Amino acid sequence: MGGSLVAPVEGHAPEPELARDLAKRGVFVAPAILVAAFIGWGLDGALSAGYALALVVANFLLAAAMLAWAGRISLALLMAAALGGYVLRLVLIFAAVMVVRNMGWVELVPLGLTIIVTHLGLLFWEMRYVSASLAYPGLRPSPAGARKE
Amino acid sequence: MDVLAQITADGEQLISFGEALGAGFAYGLAAIGPAIGIGYLAGQSVQAMARQPEAAGMVRTTMFLGIAFTEALALIGFVVFILLKFA
Repeated sequence: MGGSLVAPVEGHAPEPELARDLAKRGVFVAPAILVAAFIGWGLDGALSAGYALALVVANFLLAAAMLAWAGRISLALLMAAALGGYVLRLVLIFAAVMVVRNMGWVELVPLGLTIIVTHLGLLFWEMRYVSASLAYPGLRPSPAGARKE
Repeated sequence: MDVLAQITADGEQLISFGEALGAGFAYGLAAIGPAIGIGYLAGQSVQAMARQPEAAGMVRTTMFLGIAFTEALALIGFVVFILLKFA
């Protein structure tokens, strides 16, 4: 198994596909989140919720890009990217919130709530979709892909 | 009166110290658990991909979602931290 750890991972990377899917759903639910935050906390709340949503989507895209890049090189690097990526992304999210926390338009409650609710909500939505399709690599196959099979 | 003012000031300092300590622990402890979880998850996934390369796509899909779910715990800790410390 030692030799296979330095070999690239076979097949295409499903992570960017999953992250793009999550981002699309994020854009899809964005109006509802912004309206809810606007009703609860006004314009500042809506801006904060929008910032939080952008952070969550960027976090998914960055995670996917790192894992896909590492998978093209080796399995060992894939594991390193999973662990290092976690720390790196936590630091980036921390920095992104710390940079704006004193700005006039930032409301911390809608910002925090949106980070948690959107992150978990999008994941559950995606998981339901992945589980429902049962298709390799987990996403519903396109009509072109179905014809190939 | 001076003694009373001193006690009040000490109490306020103690409260802000407690808040900072609580917020720090909330974030620090909330980050440790997911780190262990992600380490285990990634290790097992890499082992699975090395043993069965043909199942790598399915394993990677599950791994990506698993990492994201585990990371949600750390994000909850982070949000608790910012709310305790700055809200």
